[in-house]
Amino acid sequence: MSVVVNRVRRGFYADSVALMRIARALSSETGVLEASLMIGSPSNKALLAESGLLAEAARDAQADDLVIAVRARDAARAEAALEAAERLLAGGGAPAQGQAATESAPGIAGFGAALDALPAANLALISVPGEFAALEARRALERGLNVMIFSDNVPLAEEVALKRRALERGLLVMGPDCGTALIGGVPLAFANAVPRGEVGIVSASGTGLQEVSCLLARAGCGVSQGIGVGGRDLSEAVGGLMTLAALDLLESDRRTKRIVVISKPPSPAVMEKVLARAARCRKPVVLCLLGAEARAGRKGIAFARTLEAAACAASGKRPARAPAARTARRGWIRGLYSGGTLCAEAQVVLMDEGHAVQSNAPVPGAQRVRRGAAGHRLIDLGADEYTRGRPHPMIDPTLRNEQLARVLRERGVAAVLLDVVIGTGAHPDPAGMIAQVLRGAGPRRPAVIASVTGTDADAQGYARQVATLRAEGAIVARSNAEAARIVARMVRKPSRSATRRR
Amino acid sequence: MSSNSLLGGAPRVVNIGLRGFADEIASQGADVVQVDWRPPAPARRAVLELLARLGAREAAIARANDEGLRRMQSANPVLVDVQPAGKVIAGLGERVLLHAGPPIGWERMCGPMRGAVAGAIVFEGWASDLAAAERLAASGGVTFHPNHYFDAVGPMTGITTRSMPVLVVENRAPGAGNRAYCMINEGLGKVMRFGANDEEVLARLAWLRDVFGPLLGAALRAAGGLELVPLVARGLAMGDEMHQRNVACSALTLRAMAPHLAQAAGDTETLSKCLAFIAGNEQFFLNIGMVMGKSIMDPVRGLEACSLVAAMCRNGTDFGVRVSGTGDAWFTAPVEMPQGLYFPGYSEADANPDMGDSAIMETIGLGAFAMASAPAVVGFVGAGRASDAVAFTRAMGQITLARNPRWTMPALDFQGVPAGIDLRRVVESGIQPAINTGIAHRRAGVGQVGAGVARAPLGCFDAALVAFARSLGIET
Repeated sequence: MSVVVNRVRRGFYADSVALMRIARALSSETGVLEASLMIGSPSNKALLAESGLLAEAARDAQADDLVIAVRARDAARAEAALEAAERLLAGGGAPAQGQAATESAPGIAGFGAALDALPAANLALISVPGEFAALEARRALERGLNVMIFSDNVPLAEEVALKRRALERGLLVMGPDCGTALIGGVPLAFANAVPRGEVGIVSASGTGLQEVSCLLARAGCGVSQGIGVGGRDLSEAVGGLMTLAALDLLESDRRTKRIVVISKPPSPAVMEKVLARAARCRKPVVLCLLGAEARAGRKGIAFARTLEAAACAASGKRPARAPAARTARRGWIRGLYSGGTLCAEAQVVLMDEGHAVQSNAPVPGAQRVRRGAAGHRLIDLGADEYTRGRPHPMIDPTLRNEQLARVLRERGVAAVLLDVVIGTGAHPDPAGMIAQVLRGAGPRRPAVIASVTGTDADAQGYARQVATLRAEGAIVARSNAEAARIVARMVRKPSRSATRRR
Repeated sequence: MSSNSLLGGAPRVVNIGLRGFADEIASQGADVVQVDWRPPAPARRAVLELLARLGAREAAIARANDEGLRRMQSANPVLVDVQPAGKVIAGLGERVLLHAGPPIGWERMCGPMRGAVAGAIVFEGWASDLAAAERLAASGGVTFHPNHYFDAVGPMTGITTRSMPVLVVENRAPGAGNRAYCMINEGLGKVMRFGANDEEVLARLAWLRDVFGPLLGAALRAAGGLELVPLVARGLAMGDEMHQRNVACSALTLRAMAPHLAQAAGDTETLSKCLAFIAGNEQFFLNIGMVMGKSIMDPVRGLEACSLVAAMCRNGTDFGVRVSGTGDAWFTAPVEMPQGLYFPGYSEADANPDMGDSAIMETIGLGAFAMASAPAVVGFVGAGRASDAVAFTRAMGQITLARNPRWTMPALDFQGVPAGIDLRRVVESGIQPAINTGIAHRRAGVGQVGAGVARAPLGCFDAALVAFARSLGIET
């Protein structure tokens, strides 16, 4: 038995990260089965309804209201959780009345006042809920600001309109769903502290940009600019508008000597445009289109199968030596990824090494995961089905830790692949969280092979994260691709009897 | 591409949404400003989309606004005279009553407004008693117009008729020369601006008409006028915000005019009464400040593409806004109740909704906008702490385009008062202009029952934005 209770705070707003933190705190109270705090937009209410958390009280909530939803064992516990939510909300807000006199300076509420405070602003970083992001972006563009849209769930038609308008105004729109950029040496949103250098990166993938920039940094190279364009930029509808604009910018950027383009395989028409533009470029271009058919290079253009290969091509360094062979294990591979592009890269590597793979985000040639079907399985935990209504696994590793604990106990699993992404925006100690799970798993657990995307200049510290993992017996590869190669060469399919035992 | 400038150095970021991103950027040493974003009410979405599209006209609007601000800030209002309203206000004839706020007829007028109308009709002799006056007003026997149509303003009910003496302010800025008018402040207690209309009220009006007005007029003419901008500057430094509190400016006015009043008065008895009248009314300067405000804002009316708010006012039923670029059109919404403190024995249940042309004070950057200079009013207007007064001024600074260098606030390191309300900024930020106000009893004749802060309803500004966009060829 359980009860669902909703409470609506009219005209209340806090950002989604703050709300999710409170929801997590509530979930850990005794007797609380599930809790969620969301603004009452139609999409959020649909989400609450889907998960059975919407009660009558919140049905008429509006986008400027806050909905607190709790499922608890009984009404008293639900009520207690609502009260706890109110206390947490009050604690994070402005000082309550009657507190010591501090200047109650009003926050800046619009572009006009923001530009008074920073008249030379040239970039708006937008992370409001997706249904409002395009409106803010449009206002920023009209104010002459370049835009980075971190928000996802922005309608495709709005993305196209924004990018067209940006081109008219000679501005960039990075995103929507752009998680990473490195502009003028400054990491934005989820990015790493890498030295400045000669390689310019255009990326439709946030973690792809992070991995390549970190591999370049470890190879002694630097990044001039890392321009995110959003995952849909190279789709038929968007037509690569910002990828092409970013290529123009990097071609004329004096600091940039070589260019890397990272994306999923584009639509054929867009592919032709990008190839034509790259061929005209006065600077060498490396194209890393993860999962695309292998192609021969042409003059001025190099094709890279993996992010690792792209970093090598751009740095001029050769790929790391193939790691020493390890004792073979029989069983299945499980990959648990916080970075979608790292998951895609691992699929490419496993397939190139002769393995069939399944994924919830399959690259061309991989299978979609089917319940009950045996096989190697790589899961992108940052995909929508895992992140709706909860924080991304890079911010909050709780979900991955649960999954990790489960696969470590799963019969027939030989090895587990993990990515650990650090840098701005990421969890303060993701390796430490993984180490906790490994400590609890006992000595007969499957092999764990990980890589860390980051640098020593990141707050979490690359070396510290690596050491933390190794201390618990994890193998830490020098790149995500290498981790996948190690596993590919270590694992043999399970014997039939092993499979039957499941 | 202008985005080349993006790649030129560290980005300078406006961060809208997750505060953590701004903190990370700041820790990298890059410039960042955090916008505290809140989702707009669903009904306002369309107007916000329109606002975004209006950005395409930024250059033209900025040019027009610069001209509007120049006119505001170069204004030189001088109190020059007192004259019967009918003599100086063209068109204010028989059976015409001017009222505060946007246009309204008898049937929609609130209690105090009706009380003042009836009293003024009797005062003018258009009816023999109050009952007859009400019948006359209800039957269409008189004509109502807003003060604002006649270069005039009036506090609270703002009822102005032909024989009432009005303060005359002339804007002596080069190229301006416009004049504005406002009746003389009657004092506190039972007064017509709060709807009172008994014999005592009418007798005081007659004395103002026959004795005080002519004497003050003569004194002003003899003095060559009283320059108001420097006087207000000193008042700000002395703790006035010129709407809720006029203690300093009233005293400064008395000090400046006393010698000339003495010269002009025929006898010491009259002089004594007149000096006592000014000295006994701490709000004496309010009406002078209002007519000053009107003379400053009138040259800002009707500038194409100018998004400055030219007037805010309320008639006790509707709140009205005029915007420079949309000419004489009014944009109205139901007026809100002021939030504040009540005199002993009264409560919110007794309060009339917000009323008066006095929001012209906020339109020029005084009143609630200059609250930081008047910590003494903070308790009265519902805010608690002196620091809250600063917060008021800072918030109003977000919806204005300039700081007025002639009127500075000591408490804010002599920063100028926030001046020039930008329609677009109100719509964008959702910050409602605050107005310091007295609160009238909802029944005619009782008078003032409290004081507080009222908010200009967003609906006026949203409606104005639609019309403003249309004036620039941008349709919804």
